[in-house]
Amino acid sequence: MRRLIYLLPAGLFLVLALYFAMSLRPGYDPHILPSAMLDKPAPDFALPGLKGDGVAKAGLAGQPAVVNFFASWCVPCRVEHPILMRLASQEGIRLYGIAYKDKPDDSARFLSQFGDPYRAIGVDRAGTVGLDFGVYGVPETYVIDRAGTIRKRFVGPLTAQAVETELLPLLQRLSRP
Amino acid sequence: MRILLAAALLAFSVAAHAVEPAERLPDPALEARARTIGAGLRCLVCQNESIDESGAELARDIRALVRRRLAAGDTDEAVFQAVVDRYGDFVLLRPPVRRETWLLWYGPIGLLVLGIGGAFVWLRRPSAVPPAPDLTAEEQQRLAELMKEDQA
Repeated sequence: MRRLIYLLPAGLFLVLALYFAMSLRPGYDPHILPSAMLDKPAPDFALPGLKGDGVAKAGLAGQPAVVNFFASWCVPCRVEHPILMRLASQEGIRLYGIAYKDKPDDSARFLSQFGDPYRAIGVDRAGTVGLDFGVYGVPETYVIDRAGTIRKRFVGPLTAQAVETELLPLLQRLSRP
Repeated sequence: MRILLAAALLAFSVAAHAVEPAERLPDPALEARARTIGAGLRCLVCQNESIDESGAELARDIRALVRRRLAAGDTDEAVFQAVVDRYGDFVLLRPPVRRETWLLWYGPIGLLVLGIGGAFVWLRRPSAVPPAPDLTAEEQQRLAELMKEDQA
């Protein structure tokens, strides 16, 4: 029985090794933070449009909406763009864009080059709406339910897997009456 | 001489600041408060720098937010809360003492107490090796002989 105490260091080592192994698992990125805004009302905002209508919180209400922060200078945004295009072509997904700290001309050129998946695009030159959302890098994508509450945040480019396993099921749940 | 120079340089150097002159508030008292707050807020782009040290755009935005709130008459706590509301507790370089962070704050002290207690018990316990039995008569005699030989 007393001998068991000598196994204690080995046991501690195992616990630590397990902890480190967890942190090394593929797909785990310590830079991705959980949003502090989750399950809280989205900040009130009203942005002028890039072309045509702008984006405002009041305009999102009624149906679940997906808000995507992007910029023409952001390389990962180009990576996720084809996925946004596909999302937009699927029925019932209300995708809104917010051009974060981007010159309107550059945003327009970016969208004419790669396609425009958004119902409306708001121009956030100073990044203040991004700040209110807690954006710390583009792209970031938020799911807002019909009551205006933030239900999900994706940091970094959306992946096909995240769309299939998280975004679409969540939107389906939120669309149910 | 070189060491002296290095020591002098170290002694008179100040922490690097990314706060730009144009950002500063005209009121020195408010600006000083903004600096104290800024030193306690993490920049989320270059995660182990404070927003005062970081040159990232986001850090500049948060510095501007802090100054806007201070100029509007907010207390230091309200300014911290405004940033925490957006970015979560992770932005605080000094984590708040709360039930979830007790382990973080008191864990090391607990471990130290545990270690001191363990060492105390370990050192105080009776020796595991039983004391040697007294020498027998023959051994006593042999010892005496050996001692005599040694003296001779």
